[in-house]
Amino acid sequence: MARTLINVPPKAKRGQVIEIKTLISHIMETGYRRNETGGAIPRDIINLFVCTYNGEEIFRANLFPAIAANPFITFFTVATESGTLEFKWTDDKGNVDTGTAKITVE
Amino acid sequence: MTDTDTNFRPTRRAILIGTAAFGAAPLMLIRRAEATPDTMKAAIHKVIGESSVRKGRVALDIPPLVENGNTIAMSVAVESPMTATDYVKAIHIFNEKNPQPDVISVQLGPRAGKANFSTRIRLADSQNVIAIAEMSDGSLWSDSVEVIVTIAACLEYN
Repeated sequence: MARTLINVPPKAKRGQVIEIKTLISHIMETGYRRNETGGAIPRDIINLFVCTYNGEEIFRANLFPAIAANPFITFFTVATESGTLEFKWTDDKGNVDTGTAKITVE
Repeated sequence: MTDTDTNFRPTRRAILIGTAAFGAAPLMLIRRAEATPDTMKAAIHKVIGESSVRKGRVALDIPPLVENGNTIAMSVAVESPMTATDYVKAIHIFNEKNPQPDVISVQLGPRAGKANFSTRIRLADSQNVIAIAEMSDGSLWSDSVEVIVTIAACLEYN
């Protein structure tokens, strides 16, 4: 499991646009680098990031090797109701990392 | 016609041009594996098809001069009311000279509230970076930024 950092405001007013910040530790190996013996280092990147809000998808990103190591993504959403935000990162090896954050909407 | 100079004599100029062209030929064969503006166009075409892209409504924010190509903060903001009928569907980022032209493709909807996102990218060389936003009505808007990179990504050995 990779380390993840998720920043969601714990409280928000209904209808307020909130910023969500996410970070996951990952090498994001491009597949274009070579090791000391000249062999290609195989590609290993996170290729998909999805965020759902109470089960409904609100943000999806397809990542390519041009994304820096330890992908940091920030985006926005409207605080509609209290509940849980779920975050899912999928890498080339099929590993899935997940994270959740709770939000209270007044 | 009174032109008498019909037989060809190699002048000094002709010889110089000839040798210069011969010398330049091997250089053209050396080409690094990288996305050229043409492959970027092909990648854009693959995503958006034949539709025309207009400049405007998109603000791509990348520092114009970066020291380290391995991590470059990038953010995109698209002007849109983000209502149920008028919103930004997707934002695609492309580059010219990395080994691959795609950078990131983001899908959003009216629930985003604000069509903004930011991340950190890698750039292998000084080049243009393009952001294309796809609106709910099908129109496409873009912005491009020319970035100068002093230390390129992808070159270091492990």
